[in-house]
Formats: sequence, structure tokens, C-alpha cells
Amino acid sequence: MNFRLKDIVPQLITVIAVVLIFGFFTYNAQINMENRGIDFGYGFLSQESSFDVQFSLIEYDGSHSYFRAYLVGLLNTILVSVIGIIIATILGVIVGVARLSPNYLINKFAAFYVEFFRNIPLLLQIFFWYFAALRALPLPQDAEAIFGVFFLTIKGLYVPAFIWQNFNIFFYSIVAAVIAIIVIRIHAKKVQESQGKQIPVFLISIGLIFILPLLSFLIGGVSLSFEVPVLKQLATTSFIYEGGVSLPPELIALTLSLSLYTATFIAECVRAGIQGVGKGQKEAAASIGLTPNQVLKLVIMPQALRIIIPPTTNQYLNLTKNSSLAAAIAYPDLVLVFAGTALMQTGKAIEIVSITMFTYLTLSISISILMNWYNKKIAIQEK
Amino acid sequence: MSKVNFLKPDKANLNTFLYLGTFLFFISIFDVFLNSFFNVNLTGFLPNFLSFLLPLILGFIGLYFIRIEYSGIKNLDLLNKHINTNNFNAILSLLIIFIIIKSLPPILSWFVIDASFAGDTKDVCTGSGACWTYIKVWMRRFMYGMYPNAEQWRINLSFISLVLLGSVGYFATDRFKKYLTLYYVVIYPLIAFLFIFFFISGGPIFFDFSYGIIAAILSIIIGFFIPSKFRFYYFLIVPILLYIVLKYFIFFEDYIELGKLDGLNWVETGAWGGLSLTFIISFFCLIFCFPIGMAFALGRRSGFPLIRYISVGFIEFWRGVPLITVLFMSAVMFPMFLPEDFFIDKLVRAIIAISLFEAAYVAEVIRGGLQALPRGQYEAAKSLGMGYWKMHIFVILPQALKLVIPGIANTFLALVKDTPLIFVVGLLEIVGMLNLAKTNPKWLGFAMEGYVFAAIIFWIICYAMSKYSYNLEQKYKTDR
Repeated sequence: MNFRLKDIVPQLITVIAVVLIFGFFTYNAQINMENRGIDFGYGFLSQESSFDVQFSLIEYDGSHSYFRAYLVGLLNTILVSVIGIIIATILGVIVGVARLSPNYLINKFAAFYVEFFRNIPLLLQIFFWYFAALRALPLPQDAEAIFGVFFLTIKGLYVPAFIWQNFNIFFYSIVAAVIAIIVIRIHAKKVQESQGKQIPVFLISIGLIFILPLLSFLIGGVSLSFEVPVLKQLATTSFIYEGGVSLPPELIALTLSLSLYTATFIAECVRAGIQGVGKGQKEAAASIGLTPNQVLKLVIMPQALRIIIPPTTNQYLNLTKNSSLAAAIAYPDLVLVFAGTALMQTGKAIEIVSITMFTYLTLSISISILMNWYNKKIAIQEK
Repeated sequence: MSKVNFLKPDKANLNTFLYLGTFLFFISIFDVFLNSFFNVNLTGFLPNFLSFLLPLILGFIGLYFIRIEYSGIKNLDLLNKHINTNNFNAILSLLIIFIIIKSLPPILSWFVIDASFAGDTKDVCTGSGACWTYIKVWMRRFMYGMYPNAEQWRINLSFISLVLLGSVGYFATDRFKKYLTLYYVVIYPLIAFLFIFFFISGGPIFFDFSYGIIAAILSIIIGFFIPSKFRFYYFLIVPILLYIVLKYFIFFEDYIELGKLDGLNWVETGAWGGLSLTFIISFFCLIFCFPIGMAFALGRRSGFPLIRYISVGFIEFWRGVPLITVLFMSAVMFPMFLPEDFFIDKLVRAIIAISLFEAAYVAEVIRGGLQALPRGQYEAAKSLGMGYWKMHIFVILPQALKLVIPGIANTFLALVKDTPLIFVVGLLEIVGMLNLAKTNPKWLGFAMEGYVFAAIIFWIICYAMSKYSYNLEQKYKTDR
């Protein structure tokens, strides 16, 4: 009996304390809301929002519901995060490998990059790109074309739009190529295990992924044309570009600063991962006659990835969470659209802040579950 | 002299290759140098494309010629080993050298040569370079926010005294070393809190503070005559008694009225700002987030399932949301959760929010330290008959905390970099002040200077801290 009491009492005290704190908060919230005449509920989500968002991936205007506004914000957040993660990964891997280069200059250059961007607050970087660097760009009428088709102006980046015909055939051809590659890989593995023969999988894969879509152009009737943005005069001094896709400067500043900042952390993860693979592994692999490429592909990378992936996942999560800084430069992400404008209009602080936080929690937890699964898959199978 | 084969530099013709290669290499650098510093294009007579690529080609050939292994010349071998191992590396090295040479003149001219330093109006900034006059004029705002100019000595004095008090640890003799932990964990934060709350904030409460100081000084002086056996209990009881006696029996009401007249002016927290606010927030958040984080780290490793679940929930919740939404919560949602007539200052609310947020990260760092300890430590402590708290306070935590000092330093670094986010609750530290100054109609168009200035300040602070934490890491690595 004594033993059980010792177990239960501390837990009971903690639970009572937590319940009391939450109860106190809820009680106050109820009284406060009664006094101010606010009612609690998520019904406002289906009401008409009557505010506009300047950049959205799905069709949206003031006549749509608050829930639609929430979706717009969420999609914009995901857009920034995905672009940021892709650029940050590419840049981070390059810099991380450069950090290990025997070349003194490259090594120091990469180190300088990492130390420079890592030690400046992200918000300051975003402000710098948005308010200082991108404001120095030319006006639309003075902009010079980059490669003849891109226009980088103070109002954003204008890129040509792809106009596809029979896009689904092209898409199916890519899917077919991917499936074919997977089948060939499995087959090649079997052949190698049973007969010891090696099939050049990599070359075949590259061939497939180029040839099949190319065939869809030649035979399937797929055609691709570009719509190049064209300068158009609105008034005597006001110009815009028409046609093509326009990326607002907020998006550019945000992705640029997010990826430059996060790439430094990813670079450090990559460096630590590659350094973490013992020198003996490399030498042992070379001594059994593997070529340098095979050493990298079959021995170094699988081991390095095991060290690299967990901290890199953390950085991806950080990037996604940091994308909420978009609110500071008025990029319409989840925080600005929903926790900003929608909150101002409805005054439903508790509901909206809780939905926003819950969304970020879901995003974070789903990314970490996905990465944990991958991590488990590639982990060393110890006996 | 053997036959010279230009496609295959060898040691036999070392001198020929060395002279030729060095000559080509320096010609290429010289060309880029002239081009960027004096705007002279030596190769202007060539077609545009060729003239652009010529330095690279010449430099590449030069580096190819001097790539002779084991030449016996020390410097040449060093050069080859470091920047010239193969063709690919040679090109990359050349590109980096060219980029540095090319980017130096514009950076130098913007920062120094064309920049304006003199004067105190916008009119002096006519050059193409930076306008450091802007920074000079706005310096007080960037450092102290809207804090009144006449009162800024209070911030300076507080910070200087706190730095001096904080550096006590370096000068402590061995006799006092054992008290240092107590000093840094309890006394120093308390002094800092008093300084900031009563001195920087000011107001009539200031005289409460002065009673405290008088009580402390008196009790220390008397303390020298107390036998050392009772000193501990003496310092535990007497200062507080003395404070109460001073406040309620000796000075009494008349003097408090007197104190109000002469006290320091009250400065509301909305006027605080600039770099000093960054320091204040970082300092308090560090102090608060540490014990909270420790509690949740222990909670997460506790044997009681309910406590463990609550800790896990707390940690994962704060780690899963961005700081900006937490600050939003403290700004718009938190007041709803408090009794109606209960008002908490927005600076305090921001500090609470950031502390809770960072506490979750600190908890994970400390948990790492706890997990890194070998099981033997726990078992040994238990076998000595120690209970949970005794075991943790005397055996586990001292070792675990020593292990995680670099991790804590990194968390603190992240905290400092997160402070600009307090603009959400309407507080303006240095970045917020920059954005305010930028929109001043008299000083439009100097955004770049402001951000560069703030970036330099933050970079120095953060780089120093990251180097310090790296040094700590190295130090403790060798210890184990």
C-alpha cells in the first residue's frame, strides 16, 4: 500500500496542478468573453471573409469563406517551405562538401559563407533582402531581360509560363519511365545476387527518363510553348508585365533568405555526416577493388546519410516554422492571412490562434513522422 | 636540359615551367586587378567573349604549368597541395580569387571611400557610398529605443555594473570558488532583476530598492563580526529582517513621500528598445528558461507515466509551433485567459512567452545530457542509498549540465537571434527601431545602411558566442 501511495501522490499533485491552471484560464476566458459579448465557436469559418489576398495559388477573393482564406494561407506557407527546402538542400550539400575540400580557398570560402549567414538573425536577413536589396532593382520599364525571357524588376520576377498541350500524356510517360526504372533496378539486383553480373542501371535510368518523355513529344502529340512576359503601359509612368508567371518580391525575398540561412545549418549537418564515416571504411572499400565512384555510392553515402538525415529533418522543420516570419514583410502566409487579417476582422482570438498553432503542429509532426519512418528504414539492422 | 613538352610539365624543366606558369598566373590576376580597380581593360582589343574569359584561360594554363609534384621547392609544393591539386580545383581557385578581386572595389567604395561620415543632416549624404551619418544621428535610438536621452545613463550604469558583477567569477580566489554556483544561479540574477526593474524602469518603487541596498551593506558590515559558525544563518535571516525594519519602522511614510519626489523618473516599458532591450530580453529569458527546461527534462525521464506524458506534451507542443505564433498568443490570446482587472505588461508577457518556448528546447538539450550519462552513475548513487532528489542534485545533474553547456550556449544563441520577433507584440528592439527610422520622412532611403549596421552588430555578438561555445565544447571534450 505504501509503495502505491508513493507512486500515485506526485502524479496526482501534478495532474491537479495542470487541471487547476487550465481551469483557471478557461474560467477567466469564459467570463471575459461573456463580458465582451464574444461567443466561442468555429462557425465563422464558413462565413464570407470579405478581404482580398494579393497572392494565392487557388482562386480566391473577398466573397469566399474564411476557410478558403485559411487554405490560401496554408498553401502559400507550403509553397515557400517546399521551394526553400529544395534550394536549401542543394546549396547546403554543395557548401557542406566544399567545406571538406582539400582546396584551401574553396574550404575557406564555404566556411565564410556558413559563419556569415548563420550568425545574422533571419528576420534581419528577410528585411535586408526585401527592403534594401530588392528595392534597388530597376522599374519594370528599365528592366533588362535575363536570357531574353526573365525580367527581374522591383515588382517581382517575371518568368515565362509553360503552355502544355496534352499534358497528361507527358505526365503518364514520366510515370511509365519511373516505373520502368524501378522494375529494372529490382531485376538488376536479382541478377547481381544470382549471377554476379552488373547491369549499368544508372545509364539505363537516365536514358529512360529522357527518351520516354521525348517520345511523347514526337509521337504522343504533346507540345510545349512558352508565354514570354511582355511589357505593357498602363499610364504614362506606370508599366507592368503581362503574360507569364509573376513571382512577387515578398516570395523571392522570403525564399532567398530562408534558403540561404537554412543552407548553412544543412551544410554543417552534411559536413558532420561525411566526417563521421571512418577513414578505415574508405580504405577498406578501396582495398577490395571498388572504384572511387562505387566507394562513394556503396560505402560512404549510405553511412553518411544515416548521420545526416536526423539533424537535416530538424532543419526542414525549422525552415517550415521560420516561414511564418513572412508576416513581417506582408507575404500572405498562414500567419498573416489567418492570424493577422482574419483575426482582426472576426476578433476570434482563441479560435484563430489555436487553429494556426494546431496547423503548424500538424505540419511539424507529419514531417517528423515521415522522416522517422525513413530513418528507421535506412538504420543499421543490428542483431 | 631535356626536351620541353608543354602538355606534360615535369621536374626536369622545372625552371622553365615555373617561370612561364608564374608569369601567366600573375598576368591573369593583374588583368582582373586592373580591370576592377582602375577600370582599364588590357584585353579590350579582343572580341568581347574572349576578353572576358582570357584571364581564366591564362591563369588555368599557368596553374597547369606549375603543377609539378615533389618539385622540392617548399612554397610551390604548398601552393599545389592547397589550391592546385587538379584541373577542376585550379579553375575553382581562380574563380574565387577573381570574385574576391572583383568584389573588393565596390564593397570598399560603398563602405569607406565614397561613404559620408561627417555632419548630422541628410544633406551631407550625396555620394554613392553609404551614409554613416544616418547611423550616427540615430545611434541613441538604435541603442536605447525611445528611452529619454537624459535618462540613458541609467541603462549604461546598470549594464556596466552587471558586466562587472558578472565577471567576478574570473577573479574569484579558490576560497570563494565554491560559492560561485550559488552566486551565479541565485544572487546574480536577483541583483540583475533589481537593477533592471527598479533602476532602468525607475519610479517611486526605486526607494524600496535603496532600502534593500542599505540593508545589504549594513548586514555585510555587521557580518564580519559574526562568528563564522553562525554566518550562514545570519545571512539567511538578518538582511530580510533589516529590510523590513528599515522600510516599515524607521523610514516610514514621510520618507517614502520624500523618496517619490527625488526618485528616478518612471520610464514605461513601451519606451524601452534598441539593442539594450535585446540584451534585457535575452538575459531574462535565459534565466527563466533554464529552470523550467530542467524541470521538464527531468519530467520527461521520470518514472511516473502521467508526469512523463505531461512533459512530453509540453515540450513537443512548444517545439512544434513557430515563435511568432507564440508571441501572437501572448499578445492577443493571453489577456483573455487572465482575470479582468489583472494586467501584465507586454514586455513581461513577451519574456514569459519566449522563456516557455526556449524552455522546451533547453529541456531537450538537458535530456540529451541526462541520457549521455552511463547507467552506472544512477546505479552507484542509488546503491549509496540516495533518493531521487539527492541523486539528481549531487550526482546526475552536475555531470549532465557540464556535458550540455555547449548545447545550452547554442540554444541561447538561437534565443538572441529570435529577439527581433518581439515586434509582434509592439516592442521595438534594434531591428524594429531600424524599420521605424527607415520610414522617417527626413531620412528616407537609408534602409541598406541600417540593416548592414544591425547585421554587423548581431554578427559580432553571435560569432563571439558561437566561438565561445565551441571552445567550451573542446574544453569539456578533453575532460572526459
